[in-house]
Amino acid sequence: MEITDEIVDHIAHLARLEFNGDDKVNIKKDLSNIIDFIDQLNAVDTEGVEPLIFMSDAINVLREDKFEPSITQAEALKNAPNHDSDYFKIAKVLKK
Amino acid sequence: MYNSFAEIKSALSQGDSVENITTYYLDRIKSHEHLNIFLEVFSEEALSQARVIDEKINAGTAGKLAGMVIGLKDNLAFKGHRVSAASKILDGFESLYTATAVERLIAEDAIIIGRLNCDEFAMGSSNENSAFGPVKNPHNEKMVPGGSSGGSSAAIAANLCTVSLGSDTGGSIRQPASFSGVIGFKPTYGRISRYGLLAYASSFDQIGPFSTTVEDTAIVSAIMSGKDDYDSTLHQSDVSAYNLEFDSNKKLKIAYIQDCLERDGIDPEIKSRTLEVIEDLRSKGHQVEPVSFPYLDQMVPTYYVLTTAEASSNYSRYDGVHFGYQADDVAGVENTYKKSRSEGFGEEVKRRIMTGTFVLSHGYYDAYYTKGQKVRRVIQNKTKEIFNDYDFVILPTTPSTAFEIGKNADDPITMYLQDIFTVQANLAGNPAISLPLGKHSNGLPFGIQVMADHLDEENLLAFANFMMTECH
Repeated sequence: MEITDEIVDHIAHLARLEFNGDDKVNIKKDLSNIIDFIDQLNAVDTEGVEPLIFMSDAINVLREDKFEPSITQAEALKNAPNHDSDYFKIAKVLKK
Repeated sequence: MYNSFAEIKSALSQGDSVENITTYYLDRIKSHEHLNIFLEVFSEEALSQARVIDEKINAGTAGKLAGMVIGLKDNLAFKGHRVSAASKILDGFESLYTATAVERLIAEDAIIIGRLNCDEFAMGSSNENSAFGPVKNPHNEKMVPGGSSGGSSAAIAANLCTVSLGSDTGGSIRQPASFSGVIGFKPTYGRISRYGLLAYASSFDQIGPFSTTVEDTAIVSAIMSGKDDYDSTLHQSDVSAYNLEFDSNKKLKIAYIQDCLERDGIDPEIKSRTLEVIEDLRSKGHQVEPVSFPYLDQMVPTYYVLTTAEASSNYSRYDGVHFGYQADDVAGVENTYKKSRSEGFGEEVKRRIMTGTFVLSHGYYDAYYTKGQKVRRVIQNKTKEIFNDYDFVILPTTPSTAFEIGKNADDPITMYLQDIFTVQANLAGNPAISLPLGKHSNGLPFGIQVMADHLDEENLLAFANFMMTECH
């Protein structure tokens, strides 16, 4: 399948990734090869076959709904690259 | 020299100490630093834990794993310790909790000695995709150790810990076990809690051990297995210790997949050694028969459609805002996401996120993702059919021995085909083990794989133990 610049841009946007210059040339080529490779799926007749979605036979494995603390706010913020005492911070959209 | 947990226990009974054993491994880790196996060693903590366990042994209160030293693949959470999945995007990240599997080992007094290098986010078959450089194969430093759990297999091959943990999504435990000449075991999907395992493809991922003996694999697997409040996909049956006794009077029905052995590209020595084992099993009275598995060519493509789709969804959490790496010079949310992810993820991870996003995207979803799920059922049904008639399936673990570092780096598809004999167990959810089968004339080790029916770990491990001790 031919992968166009438009397809790469669209998929990259959905995936929140960017490809420019050589990276874009490479990902186009790689995607095209990978999609040709996965096209081999079509050799299997799946007429009337239900998709396999759950790997486990267990149904509705629920636990008791207990009230208990999980992580604190400080712990939740601890690994963020940019935060104050209450919030995750993102870079300003408008620069002065 | 401690080559197994049995040797450690016998040394301890003769007055050796856990501290001394830990020091032994720490010294070996230091003298093998050039292999790039460990990303971090918890030296001080391991030693102080060792002294605590020595006291417990003296007091008669030590757990079942007292004296065992374990290395963790760097995609397992351990509270208060870094975990990076060998990726730049988790720069600085420290776990807020411990993976259930790891927690259970610690509760039995195992010592966690450090974090082991791997392919970034467990994506790869050579350990060359690590943001921290490739691991070298202890048998030959020019060669890869396999992947993605390459640090874990190499750590056992170089005797840097007693047991190591890895994760297996398409062969990431068994393939490096084969390349490194050690035992690698992937339990049934849903046997061991995935809580605290950094997800790659959630309907495939399974934690499992590397070791030098089946006994060690059995003891840690049993301890890690069983239900957990934090993973609702687990089988709800309890797992007690695995009994490895093998009744040699029992005659087994074993299948081998002829298509694997007849495939172009399989190394002739691996093929002939596999056939020798089959003959040996026959000579011991077992019925070993060829079966055909017509979907060999479609297995790796099916695996790629489904795992990349799951990965593209799982990896949306790495956004450069909530934890880990954030790019400089960003403005606003979307730009922060795009720049941080593009700089933080390595090439192979981006390739698979793009593939997964493509197969899930509007217009392609049914043709690829739904089709992949249907083919997965066809493969699972065919695998079940085989286990209706046979106790075990035997096949090579890998079509070749370890390749040179850098050799397949530019060809993703050749690299993907490394998994051709191992993905069946992940697609169908079955347990499978790779056992070392000696050395090739090129000096490198390779393995043989045994697969069993769902939840049949106990018989599989007993048979594996029999093969390791009685088969030639």
